[in-house]
Amino acid sequence: MTAPAQPLIVGAGPAGVRAAETLVKAGLRPLVVDEAPASGGQIYRQRLVADERSSTALYGSEASKAETLHRDFAALAGRLDYWPQALLWNLRDGKADVAVAGTSRKIAYDGLILATGATDRILPMPGWTLPGVFTLGGAQIALKAQGCAIGSRVVFLGSGPLLYLVAWQYLKAGVDVAAVLDTAPFNAKFNLLRGLTLEPAVILRGMRMTAELRLRGVALHYGVEDVRVEGDRRVEAIMWRQGSRSRTLSCDGIGYGLALRSETQLADLAGCRFRFDQRDRAWLPESDAGGRGSVPGVYLAGDGAAIAGADAAELAGERAGLALLEDRGLAHAPERAVAIERALSRIGRFRNVLESAFPFPAHWAKDIADETPVCRCEEISAGEVRRAVGNFEISELNRLKAVSRIGMGRCQGRICGSVAAEILAGETGRGIDAVGRLRSQAPVKPIPLALTMAATGGAEAAE
Amino acid sequence: MSRRLDVDVAIIGGGLVGSSAALALRGMGMSVALLDKGFCGAQASGVNYGGVRRQGRPLEQLPLSQRAHAIWPRLQALIGIDGEFLRSGHLKLARDEADMAALEAYAEVVAGQGLGLELIGHNGLRERFGWVGGDVVGASFCAGDGHANPRLVSTGFASAARRAGVHVLENTPVKGVTRNGAGFALEAGDDLSLSARFVINSAGAWADSFAAAFGESVPLARIYPSMVVTEPLEAIMTANIGMEGGGIYARQVERGNCVVGGERALPLDDPDFSRPRGEGALAIMNRAAELFPGLRHAHAIRFWSGTEGAIPDHNPVIGLSLTTPGLIHAFGFTGAGFQIAPGVGEVLAELVRDGRSTTPIDAFTIGRFAPVPISTRTDRGSGAGEASEPQHPRETRS
Repeated sequence: MTAPAQPLIVGAGPAGVRAAETLVKAGLRPLVVDEAPASGGQIYRQRLVADERSSTALYGSEASKAETLHRDFAALAGRLDYWPQALLWNLRDGKADVAVAGTSRKIAYDGLILATGATDRILPMPGWTLPGVFTLGGAQIALKAQGCAIGSRVVFLGSGPLLYLVAWQYLKAGVDVAAVLDTAPFNAKFNLLRGLTLEPAVILRGMRMTAELRLRGVALHYGVEDVRVEGDRRVEAIMWRQGSRSRTLSCDGIGYGLALRSETQLADLAGCRFRFDQRDRAWLPESDAGGRGSVPGVYLAGDGAAIAGADAAELAGERAGLALLEDRGLAHAPERAVAIERALSRIGRFRNVLESAFPFPAHWAKDIADETPVCRCEEISAGEVRRAVGNFEISELNRLKAVSRIGMGRCQGRICGSVAAEILAGETGRGIDAVGRLRSQAPVKPIPLALTMAATGGAEAAE
Repeated sequence: MSRRLDVDVAIIGGGLVGSSAALALRGMGMSVALLDKGFCGAQASGVNYGGVRRQGRPLEQLPLSQRAHAIWPRLQALIGIDGEFLRSGHLKLARDEADMAALEAYAEVVAGQGLGLELIGHNGLRERFGWVGGDVVGASFCAGDGHANPRLVSTGFASAARRAGVHVLENTPVKGVTRNGAGFALEAGDDLSLSARFVINSAGAWADSFAAAFGESVPLARIYPSMVVTEPLEAIMTANIGMEGGGIYARQVERGNCVVGGERALPLDDPDFSRPRGEGALAIMNRAAELFPGLRHAHAIRFWSGTEGAIPDHNPVIGLSLTTPGLIHAFGFTGAGFQIAPGVGEVLAELVRDGRSTTPIDAFTIGRFAPVPISTRTDRGSGAGEASEPQHPRETRS
């Protein structure tokens, strides 16, 4: 006899936690697997070791949301199974392979909620692989989880709300923030005024942060182009152009990011159908308003489904949980579901506003210098990618991977894949939606060769 | 509007066999169309293990294999890239005395074929290949064998064919092919009509339907290799590794990644696509960590699989159709086609030009199969291959 399979939730960030809570409240006992040592996801990541910093110091204006999420998840203990530091590395035939502490367990599940979150999106520039260059998310995690700054004199570069948030957090932590370099022109920010009716608190908070950065003497530059990082063995300076002026600033740390990209490998392995999303410039798993993917029993929530931020993720996690309950014929609070969908739709409209205020500099892709590395794992330059496209007359992304190795390394294209797509689109004179998307393969992240297979699966076996 | 194309030879399937035949035919001055339902080299030719190996092949394949052996070092001149071909040698390991006896017996059978096999005892193995651990009693070494990058070689042949003037038509599935007075009429893609004096059926795992259209039945099944790739490591493995009796094969590419295979993957809902099974991949990984101490702390970063056509007797079909003049078959390489494919391309070109090959291929005639009743077939092939597949399949990879 085998026990009936549990619902499986992947990720213990805002979406995963709210999904778990929804299922537990309905009397189900989900299994939550998460790569991190503690709940909270990236945005509400917890400290590795306790230190003297308060929640407000760690999470700023979002401190109460972080505390509530951590507390609510802790309160579910005993009514769910929770595997931290667990890597779900493969999905097939309705079963998951999960690596925990050197052992891999095969998990049969009944309902799969993917709350896999997002990573930073970047475009390569000269010097971006020098030590001292971090993604914005990485810079934020260093500060939040480890109490470390990425440098003593730091420049923040890129596009997206995170740019100003991280700069402000570094300033608050006492780090010398040399400048904020925004890739969008200043007038793009006027679009934010349209957001005032949708999310006034968010807009005002952003304005306050920007004002505070200015007040404390942080230079804010807009319409930054042709950026290059200078340094011999590590970051020493950053150079850029604004209009016709070239500028240089010395620094020893750079936080860089162009908003976020969804983590979609597991949705792909689960067999979900994908669609091209113009706003995110990415292929995303299809889902209905309740988070149902195209495969029955697979649900998508949070930034892993489409970039919408932490508040939306909490709502989407709850909504996906309700969808699972409804599909199982359990009580599922339809009024609440409608209210959530309305709130999510408002946040979606707000996201459109943010996208116009913090646009992705897609035109950078055609200007990436041939000698600039695109794929760090396999050490492939932009020129090598372009030559592969030309020599083999490549028109599709998986074929480009086959002949150039791009996307074959440790990150499996999670970092370089979108760049390769931009370059391929540029070289073949087509839209980025016309060059295909990388097919995901297990393992979604590296696993040890010596990983052993557990004799039996299931949550009990791990206890 | 429909397009028309008149060529001497239409080739169905742009894998390594089809594209190397196309290149050879262009070299003879013929006009050629190379048709692929997807992208050239994206199926078995591009997703196999990458072993360039003569050792272990049945005797009847060796003349063809030797012909191909002469082509591999000339890739740069032939297709403009070396395909990462590395003459590393192929080392076939024996786990026990019975395996060693099998290697010795094989060496005796193929003694006159010029493989230059060298039998190595336990001590010699430890001395010369100290990076091989585990319970291994001896090995057979074929110094002239090696390995290459299948993704590059297969795509490279198609690109070279295109540059040589072959009409390379990708994403152009052949929907119908019929014999008419002068030759063949083919309908392909959305609107393409082709006429050709000859047709080469090199459609890999999809070739049986074209053979069947001309009344020739082949028990063609599908197999799916299951490959694991490690992160780049310092140079450890100096030879391409096989195992008598199967179970594992491994090689290290110049960049440092080790490629390890030895199990089967399974198809997805769409049987044209497949992925390794988690437990299958783990079994290979554990075996590799045990057999090669230098890999014990390594990570697997990538798996791959693909679709290969397989025939129960492990030999391909190569040769003239027995029902239809002008039709030539070449498929069913059963996981061991990579090394011989460039040789097969030359043979196919000879068959078109001369009606016969200078290399013996009689063993591969399509006439060796009794007709298979249509009713026993499934969409995964005849199933005959699976019935003959032992738990740990003997090494049939390239």
